Amino acid sequence: MSQALDITAATVDPALLDLPWQLPLENWPAENIAALPKGLSRHTVRFAHLGKYVIAIKETLPDLAKREYELLKNLQKLDVPCVEPFAIIKNRSDDQGEELPAVLITRHLKFSLPYRAMWSQGLRADTATRLVDALALLLVRLHIAGFFWGDVSLSNTLFRRDAGSFAAYLVDAETGQLYESGLSNGQRENDLEIARVNIAGELMDLVASGRAGPGVDPNATSERIVNKYTELWKELTAAEVFNKDERWRITQRVERLNKLGFDIEELMIKTEANGRSVKIQPKVVDAGHHTRRLIRLTGLDVQENQARRLLNDLDAFRVKYGTVDDEEVLAHRWLSEVFEPVVKSIPREYSGRLEPAEIFHQVLEHRWFLAENQQKGIPLIDAVNSYVENVLAHRRDEEALLATPTEAITLPTAIPSGTIEADEDEEGDWRDKV
Amino acid sequence: MASVKFQKASRVYPGGTVPAVDAIDLEIADGEFLVLVGPSGCGKSTTLRMLAGLEEVNGGQILIGDRDVTNIPPKDRDIAMVFQNYALYPHMTVAENMGFALKIAGVAKEERAARVLDAAKLLDLEPYLNRKPKALSGGQRQRVAMGRAIVRKPQVFLMDEPLSNLDAKLRVQTRTQIASLQRRLGVTTVYVTHDQVEAMTMGDRVAVLKDGVLQQVATPRELYETPKNVFVAGFIGSPAMNLLQLPIVEGGVQFGNTVVKIDRAVLSKTNAKLVTLGVRPENLVVSGNEGISVEVDVVEELGSDGYLYGSATIDGAHHELVSRVDGRDHPHKGDTVFLTPAGGIMHLFDVETGERLN
Repeated sequence: MSQALDITAATVDPALLDLPWQLPLENWPAENIAALPKGLSRHTVRFAHLGKYVIAIKETLPDLAKREYELLKNLQKLDVPCVEPFAIIKNRSDDQGEELPAVLITRHLKFSLPYRAMWSQGLRADTATRLVDALALLLVRLHIAGFFWGDVSLSNTLFRRDAGSFAAYLVDAETGQLYESGLSNGQRENDLEIARVNIAGELMDLVASGRAGPGVDPNATSERIVNKYTELWKELTAAEVFNKDERWRITQRVERLNKLGFDIEELMIKTEANGRSVKIQPKVVDAGHHTRRLIRLTGLDVQENQARRLLNDLDAFRVKYGTVDDEEVLAHRWLSEVFEPVVKSIPREYSGRLEPAEIFHQVLEHRWFLAENQQKGIPLIDAVNSYVENVLAHRRDEEALLATPTEAITLPTAIPSGTIEADEDEEGDWRDKV
Repeated sequence: MASVKFQKASRVYPGGTVPAVDAIDLEIADGEFLVLVGPSGCGKSTTLRMLAGLEEVNGGQILIGDRDVTNIPPKDRDIAMVFQNYALYPHMTVAENMGFALKIAGVAKEERAARVLDAAKLLDLEPYLNRKPKALSGGQRQRVAMGRAIVRKPQVFLMDEPLSNLDAKLRVQTRTQIASLQRRLGVTTVYVTHDQVEAMTMGDRVAVLKDGVLQQVATPRELYETPKNVFVAGFIGSPAMNLLQLPIVEGGVQFGNTVVKIDRAVLSKTNAKLVTLGVRPENLVVSGNEGISVEVDVVEELGSDGYLYGSATIDGAHHELVSRVDGRDHPHKGDTVFLTPAGGIMHLFDVETGERLN
């Protein structure tokens, strides 16, 4: 192995040195990689085990690795959901002294899924819609932070379950750029157009592969990101002018943003020259309204919609038992009497199936479903037992469910040997499919 | 297809005082391949993004054809950003890959088929329309990606460092493919790169930028033979041109122990006592005992010829010089030789303004 392996990492994990850096990623032995089909990406990407973690390793040019590493670090500082940069390794060479590409290492997000792996039986139409909604929210957050993505797609995103919805994380920042002075409308529109075309292409490909459920409409779904994004962007950034005696509209705006999961950090309020009207405009907004409230009350750090769901249950608990105790004290009671018992009653062998907060959400859903069926109230413990037996036991583990994020061939690329397949024309006239 | 005009177009970033792009005037002819080149931070990408509608234009206009697009959103500009992270979808045929964007744009089926067929003919892909991309070679896949852009019939193709994520070998190969495709298609193309070799080998014309200011727009040959100023002279060409500040004397310029003859009319254009004299390595030759005395540091042998890198002291200042020499029969490290400009091929620049004098 090269003596001069050059590693840049935020936290040093000595196990990193034990990986076979002197081999091209393509040739890593099975014991090092988390077994996976290889995608046809511009760069070779593979997953490896590193202690308790799974890491994603991408071979690329040294400058690009450094650029993407820095960019991901900056995005993390800006609190934008993205994969965690772990290290870059340069100066690799094989045993013959031949130079090998640099690598960018990111940490695999536990319980995250690529869109193609979202449903093992095929992607359902309503799932596709919720994925696109999550991506729209991610894009708005990136744009607010001044990040132009340049390659918005489902393939470049990972998703975590979030109480019936999804939370989206940026995976590939290779084409992106951060603009301190913010983005122009043209840049935002361009990202949105790229998103629209890519999503349509990805879903059409999924339909062509037979892995999309009935009713998946690539056209309508891709169109949805534009509407969803525009709606959100307007709510988060637009100025509003109203009569001075309609000041309740300030509170209303704040509440609307809270409902969408945002807190206003800075609101511009101006009285217009005529003295009769007021103009307001959010200047700094922060995602995670419910997440932050839940952390403050319980210390639980979960996704936004999971937090919303848990807070609802907590509020119901408070109505039932609270009058004397204050909010924090009741939150602790709820944690130890409701949330933790549910999580602890999940058999250890199923702990990798879903995140605890997601399990809690599903148990609540399950209890509602049982109550509807049986037309009576169901004790929580019964709901948990039924859920474990009838639902959780039949699910797959998602803690480290790895799959190639894309099967698309990204260009320009070198063609690895053996990837050109025999020329066989498809059946029928090509015009029928255009 | 259409021409492109930048008319005194400027971009100033919010909070900035110095324009990132300063009043650029540039006309790109219909069907031309124009390359924007310059060092990092020179404004080349900003210029391209202004044309694409991704950067606000704070002054001046941009026209595509006769249409003022200065304030038009990107998707209504009839432009296509090519090769930026195009994906080919493996379960769709070549025809579907080329045409799907038209489908979502609501183009009627017959029109889609006609446009895909036209593009496929241009790209030699007609026999493959009913195949999956996995059955194609690298060059063919590249052309399918290009096909995706072509079927939209854009007026202008824009490419922003499309080869920057490739290794050296693939970069050279893809560079040739793009250049030859563009010539065949005849679509007006604006291409951004920081690599002057890429610029010189691909462009019909090359626009050199520095600090947001357009330095020179010309054919690669003109840029090489008559750079307009010291910056262009030093930026274009590899190894770079030798640039020396030398005293003006009676009859010409003092070049070591000799006087290089320069027309009085040329030198009278400057008031300074010195002049910047530029000589490309292939025009700086080893002579008997005339010229600048140089100690040889190293000779890089490249086969049929080589480059001699040496150092000289002129008026107490240290200078490094490069000269092209024979690949086998050449001086060696440690030798002292005299170098002199051959064939009168020299470039003279004003020491103060940097502008070309001859």
